[in-house]
Amino acid sequence: MMARHPMAANIALNDLDRRIVNVLQEGFPLVAAPFAAVAAKIDIPESQLIARLQRMTDTGVVTRFGPFLDAAAMGGAFCLCAVAAPADRFEEIAGIVDGFPQVAHNYEREHALNMWFVLATESPEEIDSTALRIEQATGLAVLRFPKLEEFFIGFRVAA
Amino acid sequence: MSGLDSIDRSIIEATQAGLAMTPRPYAEIARSVGIGEADVILRLGRLMQRGVIRRIAIAPNHYALGLTANGMTVWDIEDEVASEVGREVGALPFVTHCYLRPRALPSWPYNLFAMVHGTTRDEVEAKRREIALLAGPACRACDILYSKRILKKTGLRLSANGG
Repeated sequence: MMARHPMAANIALNDLDRRIVNVLQEGFPLVAAPFAAVAAKIDIPESQLIARLQRMTDTGVVTRFGPFLDAAAMGGAFCLCAVAAPADRFEEIAGIVDGFPQVAHNYEREHALNMWFVLATESPEEIDSTALRIEQATGLAVLRFPKLEEFFIGFRVAA
Repeated sequence: MSGLDSIDRSIIEATQAGLAMTPRPYAEIARSVGIGEADVILRLGRLMQRGVIRRIAIAPNHYALGLTANGMTVWDIEDEVASEVGREVGALPFVTHCYLRPRALPSWPYNLFAMVHGTTRDEVEAKRREIALLAGPACRACDILYSKRILKKTGLRLSANGG
């Protein structure tokens, strides 16, 4: 579940894989046989679509497949956080941070603040309590950067 | 949790590890929740209309797509014009996420965050210069934080007992 994907994954994607990624980033239909509907759109057999998607999931090309929840719409909250992990404790700190179920994703970045993660919780209060527990568990200050305003254009990238 | 009944919650929980890669994925959810397939589809549609579910889709690993240069560009923009600059930066086609956030002074003076992806760092740097041109003199300082590794990526999860 917590596979660490290398940044430069050397996974060969063919044109069909890229078409599948582009189509499935847009959305997955809410019909009884959704794979058949998508497969018809890109003109391949349903079984081939499922097999390709399974392979891309197994190899880490696709990191999630399913509903993307809006925490705020459910009364919850998101918060971007950062810590400055000392180099000799980096893996230990990453293990502690990743172990919190409220940590939705976590990236290593090149900066004094070298670990950036997003907390996703079911209540705004849980953001602060979780950040405090991470501070206690790591001994590091957790800087919090909640969004004040979002300039939303979508998450899609061209595959 | 506001406005979600126990069936909605069970449906969401049943999808947290991902949809089944079988011809009838919603029937799989229906089986585990104990309702009909059509009900699952209806309820998921309502949750999307309400915005609880943003979309049902895949999230690709950018790096596996060859977008190996991933830079979080950060900007110290004068407060008076920060929203306006944010809207313009967010509208650039190569910016995938753009947010206004509080500064953490004194160590962190930046209030505008814009995520930029590219196949090389040169490409990301060129995009960063485009943002700098847009921001103009309202920008007092900037930096870029390249990502080295994904340490975790699971998305939002619901706890089993709810809230």
